[in-house]
Amino acid sequence: MALINVNDVSLGYEGKPIVKNLNFSVNKGDYLCIVGENGSGKSTLMKTLLGQKNVLSGKIEYSEGLKQTEIGYLPQQTEVQKDFPASVKEIVLSGCLNGCGIRPFYSKSQKAAASENMKKLGIAELSARCYRELSGGQQQRVLLARALCATKKLILLDEPAAGLDPVVTQNLYKIIKEINDDGITVIMVSHDMEAAMKYASHILHICHKPLFFGKKEDYAVTDVCCQFTDGGEEK
Amino acid sequence: MIEQLFNYFSYPFVKYALTAGVLIALCAALLGVSLVLKRYSMIGDGLSHVAFGAIAVATVCGAAPMTVALPITVVAAVILLGINSNKKIKGDAAIAMISVGALALGYLLLNIFSASSNVSGDVCTTLFGSTSILTLSKTDVILCLALTAVVILVFVLFYHKIFAVTFDETFASATGTNTKAINTMIAIVTAVVIVLAMNLVGALLISALIIFPALSAMRIFKSFLSVIISSAVISVICAVTGILIAILYGTPVGSTIVAADIAAFLICTLFGKISKRS
Repeated sequence: MALINVNDVSLGYEGKPIVKNLNFSVNKGDYLCIVGENGSGKSTLMKTLLGQKNVLSGKIEYSEGLKQTEIGYLPQQTEVQKDFPASVKEIVLSGCLNGCGIRPFYSKSQKAAASENMKKLGIAELSARCYRELSGGQQQRVLLARALCATKKLILLDEPAAGLDPVVTQNLYKIIKEINDDGITVIMVSHDMEAAMKYASHILHICHKPLFFGKKEDYAVTDVCCQFTDGGEEK
Repeated sequence: MIEQLFNYFSYPFVKYALTAGVLIALCAALLGVSLVLKRYSMIGDGLSHVAFGAIAVATVCGAAPMTVALPITVVAAVILLGINSNKKIKGDAAIAMISVGALALGYLLLNIFSASSNVSGDVCTTLFGSTSILTLSKTDVILCLALTAVVILVFVLFYHKIFAVTFDETFASATGTNTKAINTMIAIVTAVVIVLAMNLVGALLISALIIFPALSAMRIFKSFLSVIISSAVISVICAVTGILIAILYGTPVGSTIVAADIAAFLICTLFGKISKRS
């Protein structure tokens, strides 16, 4: 059964739709890449999937057992975080918060999970370091580790490679692929067509209306894809 | 000088002032870290003006200042922190608007209706808290103690949630933490601390009490927990130093505490720069 079912959804601000007639579904273990130009509604769709925004019309169904507290999220970095005094460990651990409920403190198993995820992303030795002193790639891995702490089923990534250099970016994509191979469903908003075609299993291309949804093998032969990737190269 | 100090300590009002001062400084510093990091530095200023307006209303109506100021300030705090999330009026503009509005209306009311012969003196006392901390009664101190206990308890119990909401509200809310409830709680506690602190440093200088220790601590320390603890320690030290100097040399208590906070900030900045270089 599909993890998320999006039925004829319109999204927008103050009643004005940005994206119309969205129909797609995400199955367990999928790696969905959402691509499209700036302002095409990718981030709005992301916010809606996360329950931060309501749909204008249509319906998003989450399959049974997928609760808000089981979704991990890698947001774009905010201004506030750039000079935030916090250690890597504090930040990663804060991903476990949704498992706490009304309990005020973290349990032993949550702390173990946090160090497990730090090891997985190769930031264990940074655990006592200050977040604001890390490089962009390291910061992104910290936030990814936090997202992993928050989820066991689904992870949403909002342009994870923004502002990173090519080597770090490739590393990050590899890590995300590994996470996906571990059975966690990935939904990623991205500008990077090349990476999307390389790693994703499904592509959703939106530009105010859905232009394409399906497997990436089918996407590669469409006109939409050719135009989009060519257009990207011309720049 | 030490002898003179010991002499002063035999007076209960000095003990009360010190106790209350330390407690308020502690609360303000705890909250300050989160408020500064959330870019709400001006909220202390804004809310203190609201409290000033409320106290003016209370004075005019002949009601007890605290019983009027506390609920009004709490409501204002919840509204201010709520406005930021709907973005029609930006947070800083909203704070400035409410702050200036309440200040003006409060002064206007006092001027028109005041029974006192020395209006500007009253206003000055409320704004700069010139002597009120030296005139605290035992009940005031006990009230202070109780409220501080509540603030610290809230802070310990919700520490991790406050951290999550401060560091990344979107993430916290997207992964299922009730950020609205946490924000409202922070707003309420802030309002309570500000109304409390008005007794100590007066409405105008509360911002300093909230901002300075947090900023000082951030110059040196690098994890959230250490920043919070050291900010509390710095704040308490500055409050004690300020009050003692004020008593010894007869300077205004509020301004002296803030001067101590500024000094601490400069020292911390210097220390931070040196330790970064080495």
